[in-house]
Amino acid sequence: MSLGKTEVDTIARLSAISVEASEVDQVTEKLSNILDLFAQMETVDTENVEPMSHPLDQVQRLREDVVTETDQREKYQKIAPAAKAGMYLVPQVIE
Amino acid sequence: MHRLSIKEMSEKLRNKEITSVELTQHYLDRIERYDGELNAYITVTPELAIEMAKQADQMLSEGKGGVLTGIPVAHKDIFCIDGVKTTCGSKMLSNFVAPYDANVVEQLKSAGMPILGKTNMDEFAMGSSSESSYYGPTKNPWDMNAVPGGSSGGSAAVVAAGLAPLATGTDTGGSIRQPASFCGITGIKPTYGAVSRYGMIAYASSFDQGGPMTRTAEESAWLLDAMAGFDERDSTSLQQEKSDYCSTLEHDIQGLKVGVPKEYFGDGLDAGVEQVVRDAIAELEKQGAEIVEVSLPNKDLAVPAYYILAPAEASSNLSRFDGVRYGYRCENPTSLEDLYTRSRSEGFGAEVKRRIMVGAYALSAGYYDAYYLKAQKLRRMVRDDFTKAFEQCDVIIGPVAPTPAFNIGEKSDDPVSMYLADLYTIPVNLAGLPAMSFPGGFVDGRPVGVHLIGPYHSEAKLLNVAHQYQQATEWHKQMPESYQ
Repeated sequence: MSLGKTEVDTIARLSAISVEASEVDQVTEKLSNILDLFAQMETVDTENVEPMSHPLDQVQRLREDVVTETDQREKYQKIAPAAKAGMYLVPQVIE
Repeated sequence: MHRLSIKEMSEKLRNKEITSVELTQHYLDRIERYDGELNAYITVTPELAIEMAKQADQMLSEGKGGVLTGIPVAHKDIFCIDGVKTTCGSKMLSNFVAPYDANVVEQLKSAGMPILGKTNMDEFAMGSSSESSYYGPTKNPWDMNAVPGGSSGGSAAVVAAGLAPLATGTDTGGSIRQPASFCGITGIKPTYGAVSRYGMIAYASSFDQGGPMTRTAEESAWLLDAMAGFDERDSTSLQQEKSDYCSTLEHDIQGLKVGVPKEYFGDGLDAGVEQVVRDAIAELEKQGAEIVEVSLPNKDLAVPAYYILAPAEASSNLSRFDGVRYGYRCENPTSLEDLYTRSRSEGFGAEVKRRIMVGAYALSAGYYDAYYLKAQKLRRMVRDDFTKAFEQCDVIIGPVAPTPAFNIGEKSDDPVSMYLADLYTIPVNLAGLPAMSFPGGFVDGRPVGVHLIGPYHSEAKLLNVAHQYQQATEWHKQMPESYQ
């Protein structure tokens, strides 16, 4: 299956990744090759097969609703690109 | 000193013939001497290593600790170590100093194992050659033109070259077993959930599994024993009694039923690799094992299913890298969207971007049923093949990879050919089974591993079989000439 430029743009937007104009052809070709690999799945009859999400069919473990994490904000924010007064800084969103 | 087995090192440490500080310094000196060219470490931590070695010597002098106390270890750079740079092979985390320890690191620290450093790997563990690392490719100590395999290529290379006595790795689609095969060492991917994923940077969470990479099966058993166990901080950690991987190593394999899947010996398998596996089968038969033919008919569906499911999980897992809380941030972002998009576009390499995009596509509206759901159904079919096969045998044997280590650059520009080479390892990850690679011979001077797959929770049996094989063979004792 081959992808068009519009589809690649959409996928890039969903991924929050930009594809440079100079790379579009190469990215499109490689993604299309990968999708071709998936084509062989189409003909397989999976009518009565249940989808499997966990190898041991385990379900999510529950725990008591109590506080287990301690406050380590300072330690964690020390490695942030920009933080001030306990908050992470990003470019202004609202004028 | 690096030619000693872990058992011999351990005895010498206990007898006070050597100290952990001396042993650790010996490895640090070797890293200094050899790693420039090999590029198997991203970060070396000499001060931490010596400080931990002093503590280990203290433990030993008090008669505390176990067989691994005082033995230095290298961690794959996917495991967080408090206060140590943890990059996952990416520019995205080039400035990330982890604020906490992974469960695996915590356990090996308390076992008294000094940390030599962090090993090179494919970026975010996405690759089979260690070429996609932002820090440059690791080379194969057996042949500098060859890849060491991936994604745990650095860990495999340091064990093979004697730049660490043992190392940790992770296996999402073959990333412990394939580099173990390419570098002539032993490695085991445990049952999904046996080793905690806490602090192990996520790629595809329903597949990711940590495990040991060592010279011998016995050493893998010891290291796995120290790494595994229930951890409440990992939501898919197996809630079970701690397994015993070591006490059955010496059992003989008389009457063991070894399944040979006919589909694993078809087109595309290198004749030399096939011969290595056939020779290993013959050795097990000589030791009293019974060989039976089994079938894994849906083997070929595993690669497409995996390359939908793993990227889908990756596209979600890697959404956390947004340039806000930690990791790489682009310069002078003009808006929040620009901050996200440019930080990710500049911080991730080509293969990581490709997998995120494939995953986002497979999960997007209109394609979910055709790709993601279909792949999950195939996952069950692949698992059911194994369940049926294990009605006829105790373990399955086959090749790890279709060829010995390929050359650096040979496949790096063709992702699909790289993906297809994972055909023997991926079915195991889809099913969540334990499996290992142990050295079985050489083809054109490059090592070749033998693949052993078992039912859920059969790690002890796999290690027992490989250990018995290693009692009768010398492949695991070989070491590349330039590193002796």
